[in-house]
Amino acid sequence: MIEFKGVTKIYPNGTVGLKNINLKINKGEFVVIVGLSGAGKSTLLRSINRLHEITEGEIFIDGESITAARGKKLLQMRRDIGMIFQNFNLVKRSSVLRNVLSGRVGYHSTLRTLLGLWPKEDIRLALEALERVNIRDKAYARADELSGGQQQRVSIARALAQQAKIILADEPVASLDPLTTRQVMDDLKRINEELGITTIVNLHFIDLARQYAQRIIGVRAGEIVFDGPVEAATDAVFAEIYGRPIKEDELLEAQK
Amino acid sequence: MMDVAKKRQLSRIKTLLSVIFLLLLLWGSGYRTQVSFQDLFSGIPNIFSALADMLPPDWGYFDYVTGPMLETIRIAILGTTFGGILSIPIILLSSRNVTRSPFLFYPARFILNLIRTIPELLLAALFVPIFGIGPAAGICAITVFSLGIIAKLAYEAVEAIDPGPLEAMTAVGANKIQWVFFGVVPQVAAHFMSYFLYAFEINVRAAVILGYVGAGGIGIILNNMLASFQYNRVITIILYTLIVVAIIEFISNKIREKLL
Amino acid sequence: MRTETVNKKALLPKDVRKRLIWRRLKIGVIAAIVILIYAWAFRGFVKDFKINPNAGQSIKAIFNGIIHPDWDYIVEPGGEDLLHALIDTLAIAVLGTFISAVLCIPFAFWAARNMSRRRWISGTGKFVLSAIRVFPELIMAILFIAAVGLGPFAGILALGFHSVGMLGKLFGESIENMDLSPREALIASGANRLQTLWFAIVPQVLPEFMSYTLYRFEVSVRAATILGIVGAGGIGAPLIFALQGHTWDRVGIILIGIIVMVTIIDYISGAIRKRLV
Repeated sequence: MIEFKGVTKIYPNGTVGLKNINLKINKGEFVVIVGLSGAGKSTLLRSINRLHEITEGEIFIDGESITAARGKKLLQMRRDIGMIFQNFNLVKRSSVLRNVLSGRVGYHSTLRTLLGLWPKEDIRLALEALERVNIRDKAYARADELSGGQQQRVSIARALAQQAKIILADEPVASLDPLTTRQVMDDLKRINEELGITTIVNLHFIDLARQYAQRIIGVRAGEIVFDGPVEAATDAVFAEIYGRPIKEDELLEAQK
Repeated sequence: MMDVAKKRQLSRIKTLLSVIFLLLLLWGSGYRTQVSFQDLFSGIPNIFSALADMLPPDWGYFDYVTGPMLETIRIAILGTTFGGILSIPIILLSSRNVTRSPFLFYPARFILNLIRTIPELLLAALFVPIFGIGPAAGICAITVFSLGIIAKLAYEAVEAIDPGPLEAMTAVGANKIQWVFFGVVPQVAAHFMSYFLYAFEINVRAAVILGYVGAGGIGIILNNMLASFQYNRVITIILYTLIVVAIIEFISNKIREKLL
Repeated sequence: MRTETVNKKALLPKDVRKRLIWRRLKIGVIAAIVILIYAWAFRGFVKDFKINPNAGQSIKAIFNGIIHPDWDYIVEPGGEDLLHALIDTLAIAVLGTFISAVLCIPFAFWAARNMSRRRWISGTGKFVLSAIRVFPELIMAILFIAAVGLGPFAGILALGFHSVGMLGKLFGESIENMDLSPREALIASGANRLQTLWFAIVPQVLPEFMSYTLYRFEVSVRAATILGIVGAGGIGAPLIFALQGHTWDRVGIILIGIIVMVTIIDYISGAIRKRLV
C-alpha cells in the first residue's frame, strides 16, 4: 500500500537524512518505527505525506506516486492521510469541533469551508469521530481547555474525520504522562483493528513499541537496520538499532 | 580575548564618544535653529496672555461643535475600517511564514514602509485636491494611515504564531486559502482586533488635526477659530476633544484587555 | 440547517447547551451594536464622495509631479532649499526630543503606581499625561509662536512639551514594571532617596528609556515635518506653499526628501535600539 523505492534525502548542507530506503507497508498493518533522535524516523514518516521533500527516489501510495503529485492531486492524496503530532497541533483558540472539522477541508470547495457551510454529513462524521475517542461531550469546548491526553484524542478524531486510509503518528505520546500514553496508544491500536486503517507510529519508548507493534522498523543514521515482526525484536536487536545497549530513558516503565 | 580591564576601558570610551556626539548634535541643532533662552523668557508673558485669552471657554459653543465632532468620529471609524480591511492582504504578503516567494514579500514590505513614512497630515493634504474640502479626503487619508499602523503590528503577530497548526493544515490537504483561514486567522484574530482598536484611538486624534488642511470634521472649524483669534472657542474644541478621546480610550482599553 | 442544529445539540449535556446559548446571545448583542454603529457611520456616505470635477486632472498633475520632481530644489544658492529645510526639521526633532526626555522624568515618576503611596497620586499623573497627549502639537505650536515668534524655536518647544505625554507614559510603564528588590536592598543598607534612585532605579530603566527616546525621536521627525505648516520652522512651510500653489513637482521632491530622511532615521534608530535592549 505504501511503497518506498530508492528514497534518499540529502540536506542542503550535505547531511544525509535518508539513505536508499526501500520499504513496503501493507494495508491495515500497525507499524512502529524506532531509532535514536536524529536517526531519520521523523524524516521517514514525514516524507510519506511530503511534509518533508526527498531528493531521490519515489514514494507510492496505493500505486500512485505522491512524489510526482502536484497541485490538486497532492492535496487530495494528503487528504487521505491523517497525521498526529507530538505537540497536537490544534488551534488553541478554536473549539474542539472546529478543529476536527478542519480535517474535512480537502473535501469541499474553498468558499464552502470558509463560510463554515459544513454539510450535515460532515458534522455527523466529526461527532462520531469524537465519540470513537470518547470525548464527544467536549465538542464545544475551546481546545486549550483540554488536557494533553484529551487534545491528542481530538487530534486523532481529526484524522478519523478525514476518513483517512493511513494514519501517521510522529511521537504522539512524547508529551504525555504514562497513564495517558497508554490510553492514546490503546485508541490508536483499537482504531487500527476496528477500521483497518494502516497506522505508522514513531516511538522512542522501546517497551511501548514492543507492546503495541505488529511490525517494527529500526532506523539508524538514515538507513533501515531492522524490519520484522515484533517477536523478532529482542534486546540485542534494539542494541543494534541504537548502536549501544538500551538506556533507562527509553523504557516507559522506568519513567516513574 | 580582551581582559576585563581593557573591556571596561573600551566601553568607557564608547560612552564618552556617544556623549560628546550627543552634545555636538544638540549644540549644532541649537545653532541651526537659533535657539535663544532670552526669547523664551521674554516670550513667556505672551503665552500667559494667550492662555488668558483662551479662558474662560465658550461654554455655549459646545452644542454647535457636537455635529462636527461626530463627523470627526465618523471619519475615524470609516477610515480605520477601510484601512483594516485593506491591510489584510498586505499583512499576509508581508509575513515571512505565510509568503514564501520573495517577489511578493519584498514589494509588500516596501510598500508598507513607504506608507508608514508619510505623515498623515501630508496624506490628507494630498487627498484634498482630489476630493475637495470635506470628509472624503480625511477618510482616505486615515485609511492609508491605518493600513500602515495595523499592518505593521499585525504582521509581527503573524510571524510569531505557533507553526504547529499550520503544519497540521498542510498535512490535512488544505489549499493555501484554507490553510490561512484555518491555521493563521484563528491565532491572530484577537490581536488584529486589538490593533484595530488601537489604530482607532490614534485616528480619532488624527482626524481632529486633518481638518486643518480641509479634510473635514472638527479640524476645519478649529482652523477657522484660530484664524479669527476666537481663542475661547478654540479651548472649547480642545476640551471637547479631550473628553471624547478619554472616553474612547477608556472603552477601547477595556475591550482590548478582554481580547488578549 | 435546522435539522442539523437539532442533531448537534440533542446529544449534549445540559450545562454545555446552556453555555452555548449564553455565548451565542453575547455574540448576537455585540454584533447588533456593531451593525448599529456602522449604519450610523455610513449614513450620508455616498454624498461625501462627490468627486471634484477636476479630480482627474489633479491626480494626473500630482502623479506627474511625483514622477518628475523638481530636482533643482535640492540644493539652491542662498540656502533656501530642500537640504537645509530637512536639516532644520531634524534639528527641531533633536532638540524637541531632548527637552521632552528631560522633562518627562518627573512626570513619569508621578504617574508610576509603584512610586507613590496613594492610588490617586499616580491616577492624576496619568491623567495629566493623557491630557498633554491629546493637546494637538499644532495648537501648542501656535501658542508658542505667540510667545517666541515664528520660526523653529516655537516648533521645538511645542514638540518638546507634547512629547512629554508619550514619553512620560512609556517611561512610567517601565518604572511600574521594574524589579523593586535592588531598591529594597539599598534602602535596607541605609541609602537615601537620591542614592537609591541612582544605584537601583536608573541602571534598570536606562536602556529602556533610551530606546523609548529613540522611538519618540522617530515619531518627532515625522511630526516636525508638519509643524512648519503653522510657521514653526522646518520643511512644513515650503511644503504647504507648494501644495497651495499646486507646484506638484516641488511637492514631489519634498515628499521624496521626507521619505528618504525618515527612512534613514528609522534605520539608524532601529539599529541602535536593537543593540540597547
